[in-house]
Amino acid sequence: MPLLIRRIGFYLIAAYAAITLDFFIPRMLPGNALSAILTQMRGVVTPAQLASMAAEYGADDKQSLLSQYFTYVGHTLSGNFGLSLSHQETPVSTVLGGDLPWTIGLIGSATVVAFLLGTLIGIMAGWRRGGLLDAIVPVSTFFQAIPYFVLGLLLLIIFGSDLAWFPIGGGYDTTNRYVTYVQGWNWPYMSSVLQHLVLPGTTVVLASIAGWIVGMRNMMITTMDEDYVLVAAAKGLSRFRVIGIAARNAILPTISNFTLSISLVVTGAVLVEVVFDYPGIGNEMFNAITAADYPLLQGILLVVTFAVLIANFLADLAYVVLDPRSRREA
Amino acid sequence: MTAVQAGPVLGEPVLEVSKLCIDYGLPEDGGVRAVTDVTFTLRRGEVLGLAGESGSGKSTLAYAIPRLLRAPGVITGGDVIFHQRPVGGGPSQAVDMLTADAETLANIRWVDLSMVFQSAMHALNPVARIEGQLTDVLRRHRPGWSPAQRKERAVELLQMVGISADRLRAFPHELSGGMRQRVMIAMALALEPALVIMDEPTTALDVVTQREIIEELMELRERLGFAVIFITHDLSLLLELADTIAIMYAGRLVEMATATELVRAPRHPYSQGLLNSFPALHGAKKRMVGIPGAPPSLRAMPAGCKFHPRCVHAGESCLSVEPRLARPNGSFSARTVACTLQDGSRPTPAELALPDPAETAPSRFRTPAAAVPAPSDPNQNLTVGDLS
Amino acid sequence: MTSTLPTETMTGGSPATPAAPARRRRRHYPIKVQVGAGITLFFILIAIFGPELAPHSAAWVANTTNGTPQPPSGSNWLGTDNTQHDLYSALLLGARSTLLISFVAGAFATVLSVAMGVTSGYVGGVTDEVMSIITNIFLALPGLLILMVILKPLPPGDQNNSLVIGFVVALSSWAYGARALRAQTLTLRDQDYVVSARVIGERKRRIVIYEILPNLLPIVAASFIFTVIYGMGVYVALCYLGVVSPASGSWGTLLQTAQASGAIEANQWWWYLPPALCIALVGIGLALLNFGIDEIINPRIRSSRSKRRDVKFQLGLTPVVRPATSTVVEGEQL
Repeated sequence: MPLLIRRIGFYLIAAYAAITLDFFIPRMLPGNALSAILTQMRGVVTPAQLASMAAEYGADDKQSLLSQYFTYVGHTLSGNFGLSLSHQETPVSTVLGGDLPWTIGLIGSATVVAFLLGTLIGIMAGWRRGGLLDAIVPVSTFFQAIPYFVLGLLLLIIFGSDLAWFPIGGGYDTTNRYVTYVQGWNWPYMSSVLQHLVLPGTTVVLASIAGWIVGMRNMMITTMDEDYVLVAAAKGLSRFRVIGIAARNAILPTISNFTLSISLVVTGAVLVEVVFDYPGIGNEMFNAITAADYPLLQGILLVVTFAVLIANFLADLAYVVLDPRSRREA
Repeated sequence: MTAVQAGPVLGEPVLEVSKLCIDYGLPEDGGVRAVTDVTFTLRRGEVLGLAGESGSGKSTLAYAIPRLLRAPGVITGGDVIFHQRPVGGGPSQAVDMLTADAETLANIRWVDLSMVFQSAMHALNPVARIEGQLTDVLRRHRPGWSPAQRKERAVELLQMVGISADRLRAFPHELSGGMRQRVMIAMALALEPALVIMDEPTTALDVVTQREIIEELMELRERLGFAVIFITHDLSLLLELADTIAIMYAGRLVEMATATELVRAPRHPYSQGLLNSFPALHGAKKRMVGIPGAPPSLRAMPAGCKFHPRCVHAGESCLSVEPRLARPNGSFSARTVACTLQDGSRPTPAELALPDPAETAPSRFRTPAAAVPAPSDPNQNLTVGDLS
Repeated sequence: MTSTLPTETMTGGSPATPAAPARRRRRHYPIKVQVGAGITLFFILIAIFGPELAPHSAAWVANTTNGTPQPPSGSNWLGTDNTQHDLYSALLLGARSTLLISFVAGAFATVLSVAMGVTSGYVGGVTDEVMSIITNIFLALPGLLILMVILKPLPPGDQNNSLVIGFVVALSSWAYGARALRAQTLTLRDQDYVVSARVIGERKRRIVIYEILPNLLPIVAASFIFTVIYGMGVYVALCYLGVVSPASGSWGTLLQTAQASGAIEANQWWWYLPPALCIALVGIGLALLNFGIDEIINPRIRSSRSKRRDVKFQLGLTPVVRPATSTVVEGEQL
C-alpha cells in the first residue's frame, strides 16, 4: 500500500509538471513566431476570441504571468483546451475525442498481443536453453533496433504496396466506390477497421515484442537458478508446474521494466500512425505541427502524457497485485 | 581386540551408492571431475553425516543422488540404487536412479526421497502462500485427497514443527528465519519419505535457533523413522546427531565411521585435523591447530593422495598411490578409511591408532565382525547379502 | 525501440559450480559482438569519410529539366530523386549528420545519466528523492512529442547545430540509464570495499571515481549504446516528420522527401529503400553490440551450446554420461 501511495503522489507531481511545461511551450517561442501565429488567425477567429487567445499566450500584458498560469491550469482541469486553429474553431477536446479511440485501439491491441506472445516465447526460450529458440534472440534484436516508423515503412512497402495484401492507409476504407461504410458496431465497418489495423498493429507488435521476449528470457534464466525452482522439481511436480512457478516469479521484474518502456511505445505508435495515415492522435499531431496549431498541440501533449501516466499506474497496480512482497509495510 | 557387539536390529538398506563419479561439464567442453568413486550404503532410519570443507563435493554428491544436480553437472560413473517401499506394503523394490526416466523419478521424489535446502528464504516460493507450498505435493502425489484433507494435513505438518495454523495463509517473507526453516522441514516430511537429504539446514541460523531445530529434527526422526543424509561443514554438530559420519575431501570419501569411533579414534589425518579445529568446552586448554594449506582446485589435483600436500604424515608412497577406502589394519568394526597409514604398509602414528571405542549402547547398524571384509578386499561394499 | 537495459539480478543457491572453463581465459568475444562492432565501425567510417567518397556534391544535379526520379545507372549508382540530385552521394553525405547527432546525443545522455544516477544513488537522502522524481518525470513524459513541439519553430541556423540538436535529443533519453545506474550504485555502495573506503575516510569524490565508476563501466557502455540507438531513432523521426531539416541532409530527410514526392506509390525503391536499410543496419549493429555487452555483464544469459547434441541439461534430470573408456585422468582436463 505505501508503495502505491508513493506512486500516486509521483504521478500527481508528474501531471503537474506536464501541465506547467505545456503552459510554457507557446511562451518559449521566439517573439515573432508568436505574433505570426496570431496574425495568421486574424481571419479565422472572431476578434474577441483572438483577444482571449492573445491573453492566454501572453502576447498582451494585461495579465501577470502568474494569473495567466492559474487561468490556464483552471481551464485544463475543466477540460477546456481551447479551440483548434486548423479545424475551423472546433474545440480541441472534440478533435481529440475523435482521434483517441483509434490510437487507443491501435496501441492497446498491439500491446496486448506483444505482451502475450512475447512473454510466452520468452518463457520457452528461457526454459529450453541452448535450443533452437535461442536463435530468437538475435532475430528480435533485429526488430528491436530498427526505429518504429522505418519498420512501418518497410512493412508498408512490402505488404501494402508490393504485395497489396493489406491497405496502405487510413483507419478504414473511405475510398471504396461501391460501399459506404457507416461507423458503428456493424460487421462491414469492423472488418474494414481490422483490415486496416493489421499493418500498423503488426509494426508496433514487432517493434515492441523484442523487449518482452528478451526481457522474459533473461529473467527466466536468472529465476531458474533460484532454489525454489529446484525445490519444485525435487517435489516431483510436473514440468508445466515448475515452469509456471519460475515464470510467475520471472514476470515481476518484466512488468516493472514495462513501465519504463510505455512512453517509448506510445511515441513509437504515434510515428507509425503518420506512416500509415492512421486517423489517430499521432497523425493529428503531425498535421498540427505543420499547421502550427498550438492549442491542438498543447492538448495532444497533455492527453498523451496523462495516458502514459495512467498506463504506468495500471502497471504499478498489477505489480502490487502480483508481488506480495511489495505490500509489505515499509 | 575387543569383540564388537552385534546390533539387535539390522536396518535394510534404503540407498546404495557405489563408485559414483560426478563431473562439471562434459569432457568435450572442458569439464572437470568433482566427485570420484564414492561408495556407501545407507540403511533405514540411519543418520549419515556428510562432512567436509567447502568445495569438497558433499553438496554435489547430495544433489546428484536424486538427479537434482544443476547444469553443468553430469554423472559420469557408478550406480545409485534406491530401495523403494511400495505403497501397499511388501518387499522394497530396487530402483536404479541413474537409468530411471523422468516419470519414475517424479514418483519417487518427495514420496520416498525429499530434501531440505540450506536457505529457506531462497527455497520457498516468495509469491506463494505457505499453505499452497505445503499442499502442492499432496495434490501431485495424493490425487484422491479432497481440499479439506489437504488443508488438514497442512495444519498437521505445521503443528508438527511447532508453528500455529494461522500461518497457513502467510507468505514466506512474513515469517522469521527459524520459522521458515521449520516450514521447510515440515514440507519435506509431508509425505513421510524414507530418506531426507538435508543440505546444511541450520547453517544460516543463529546458534540458539539451530539447537532448537536440530532437536526438533531428531525428535521427528525418532517418531517417523526416516533416514537422513545430513550435510554440513560443522563436524561438532554431526558428532551429536549422526549415527555414521563420512568425511569428504577433494571429492572423495576419506573416512567413514560411527560418530563415537570418529571422535574417540580418528584414523585419517584430515579427520584428526578437523577434530582439532574446534575447542572442547571442558578439559584443559589445548593449543588450537588448524590444517595448513587450502583444498586443491578441481582443475589442479595433486597426484596420489589428494590430501598429501597438507598432511603432516605424508610419505613417499603418498605422492603416487591413491589410497582406497578400506578397513583400517587391525580393526574389526565396519569403519573404513583411505590412508596408507592404516593399511599396514607404514607405521601408524599414535594419535591415529587409538583403540576403537567399545560401544556402550548397541548401535542399530552394527554388522557382525565376521561379515566385514578383511583389509585385503578393500573395495567390497557392505550389503545385506554379506551377512550370514 | 526498447532495448534491454540491465536490470537487477537475483542470487541463486545450491552447490556452487567451479570457475568457468578455460575457454574464457582468452578474451574471446562472442560472434554477436564481432558482427555488431563490424557493422557499426563500417558506418562510422562512412560517416567520417562520406563527403570525400561521394562522387557528387549536394548541389549537383544531373540535369534541370527532368522531374522524374531515375533508377540506378552507371553514372548514378542509386539513381536520382525528382530534382535529379545523385542519391548515392546524398546517402553518403547524410550519414555524417545522422550518425554524428546520434553519437552526440548518446554522449550527452550518458554524461547526464551518470551524473544524475550515480550521485542520486551514492548520496541518498533528500538529494536522491528529488533527483529520482526528476528522473521519473523525464521517463514518464513522451520525450519525442515534446521535442517535436519545441524544435519546430527553431530558426534554421540552430537546426544545423549538431550540439544543440544532440543535446535536446539527449534530454529525452538520459533517464533510462540514470535509473539503471542508480540501482547499481546502490548495490555497490554497500559492498565491503566501498564501505571500508568510507571508513578509512576517503573523500566521497575519490570513492566514486576510483571505486564505484570502474564497476559501473559495463552498464555505462550498454547505456551509451542504447542512447545512441534511441537518439538515432529520434533524430531520424524528427527529420522524417519535417520538424528538423538540416541543410546537409540526413537519412531521415531523404525518407521525408521520398514519401512527400510519392516515391512509395511510384515504386521508386532506389530512393526510399537505401536510407531505410542503412538506418536499420546501424541499429542492428549497435543492438548486437549492446546485447553482447549484456552477456558480459551477466554471463549466465549467454546462449550455451554444448558440443554434444544428445546430452540435454534439464532441470531435475541430471544427465548420466558414461565415458567410453574407464580410465580417469586426474588433475587434467578430461
